[in-house]
Amino acid sequence: MKRVGVLALQGAVREHAQSLEACGAKAVLVKWPSDLEDLDALILPGGESTTMRRLIDRYGLIDPLRKFAESGKPMFGTCAGLILLAKEIAGYPEAHLGVMDIIVERNSFGRQAESFEAPLSIKGIETPFEAVFIRAPHIVSAGPGIEVLSEHGGKIVMARSSQFLGCSFHPELTDDHRITAYFLSMIPSETGISLPKSSVYSKV
Amino acid sequence: MSKYGTDRVKRGMAEMQKGGVIMDVVNAEQARIAEAAGATAVMALERVPSDIRRDGGVARMADPRITEEVMKAVSIPVMAKARIGHIVEARVLEAMGVDYIDESEVLTPADEEFHLLKDAYTVPFVCGCRNLGEAARRIGEGASMLRTKGEPGTGNIVEAVRHLRQVNAEVRKVVTLSDDELMTEARNLGASYEFLKEVKRLGRLPVVNFAAGGVATPADAALMMELGADGVFVGSGIFKSEHPERFARAIVEATTHYQDYKLIAELSKDLGIAMKGIEISTIAAGERMQERGW
Repeated sequence: MKRVGVLALQGAVREHAQSLEACGAKAVLVKWPSDLEDLDALILPGGESTTMRRLIDRYGLIDPLRKFAESGKPMFGTCAGLILLAKEIAGYPEAHLGVMDIIVERNSFGRQAESFEAPLSIKGIETPFEAVFIRAPHIVSAGPGIEVLSEHGGKIVMARSSQFLGCSFHPELTDDHRITAYFLSMIPSETGISLPKSSVYSKV
Repeated sequence: MSKYGTDRVKRGMAEMQKGGVIMDVVNAEQARIAEAAGATAVMALERVPSDIRRDGGVARMADPRITEEVMKAVSIPVMAKARIGHIVEARVLEAMGVDYIDESEVLTPADEEFHLLKDAYTVPFVCGCRNLGEAARRIGEGASMLRTKGEPGTGNIVEAVRHLRQVNAEVRKVVTLSDDELMTEARNLGASYEFLKEVKRLGRLPVVNFAAGGVATPADAALMMELGADGVFVGSGIFKSEHPERFARAIVEATTHYQDYKLIAELSKDLGIAMKGIEISTIAAGERMQERGW
């Protein structure tokens, strides 16, 4: 069973965990650096990015999270999580994890009164996905290794690389688990490529 | 087609606040302190509850200048309070673009009989409750988030504990009732039958429920999380303490790590003096804010 962490400092943690379980994965809540061990992938949920960043710094999570990204394991950020992943945040001097080659803009659809839901066409997902946008960011520009998966009103709202998946909206607020399943499919399959752990074989 | 102000959008905004601390602030400087400490939102108001209690008189919606100043100062969501039943204060706050309105018993009620019909607004509302019936009525009117009332401005956690325990005990009871017992329970609580069916199906309230009214220390915040709150509102507890920055940070961290008792011990060291509290029995019945609304 795939073990997928959900950064559990604040925000829509329960919803992501439930969605993972509904897709047959094991959800692991991540509050401390040691919780990152033995995970196959990690989700950074929606919430308040400034709050999460403060708690990330306070509890020494920034380097372990960046190391997790360096290990090549898939990471998925929704809304605030997307902001945490981005290499650059428009109007701010510093990024958070700064690992996904995109520039994001915070609150770019406006305040809560401009929050909305809308059906989205998403590449790789067959029928429209009912997406919930809450004080949402958007992706201003994406680097060469990034594939745009969805746009809304001319703004990029979902994109991926081979390792990272990010979206402006909150798939965790709906009962539609297709995006979680899509993310799980980014985890390399355990069959076929895995080698026995015993060092005996390496000497053969 | 984009849809605005739907239940999912309004309730979803509160979901994003979970595990967080929402702090009362009266100016831009306090708002910036709250944001830097890790608050998930700020509540802009003219006076914190303990000052309202001390000053007496009629407490109203804050001067829009204050709310505007706070909205400009921070990037996190800004909430603001309207009087219970004051349609125009609520519409004014909505027009100003605040992210959430608290139809609050901390202010002097404008209507002693009717709460706002919150379904009619695009902006979401949070309301206070002391029990499941009150929670049901507020959700029925369209509240997208709840907070247990406690007794605001006292720095005394006892009423917050009472109300959260009451709501959660009633939720647990509803979950155990058989379908043919639900209607009688609905009548007893003053809740709709449909609402209780939903609570039974979900096993919890259908919206986020924070604790409020008396949180003064990191341990108080952690206690409310332990009892099942989704997050906490801190009113006077931060900016009426000796060192607001320290209290704000420690309360945020204790809320996240509410079962890490060694950490809470560390967080609670050398914070300075907490806000001065009030023993509830010394407050005249007519001055208890929790009795406002129904």
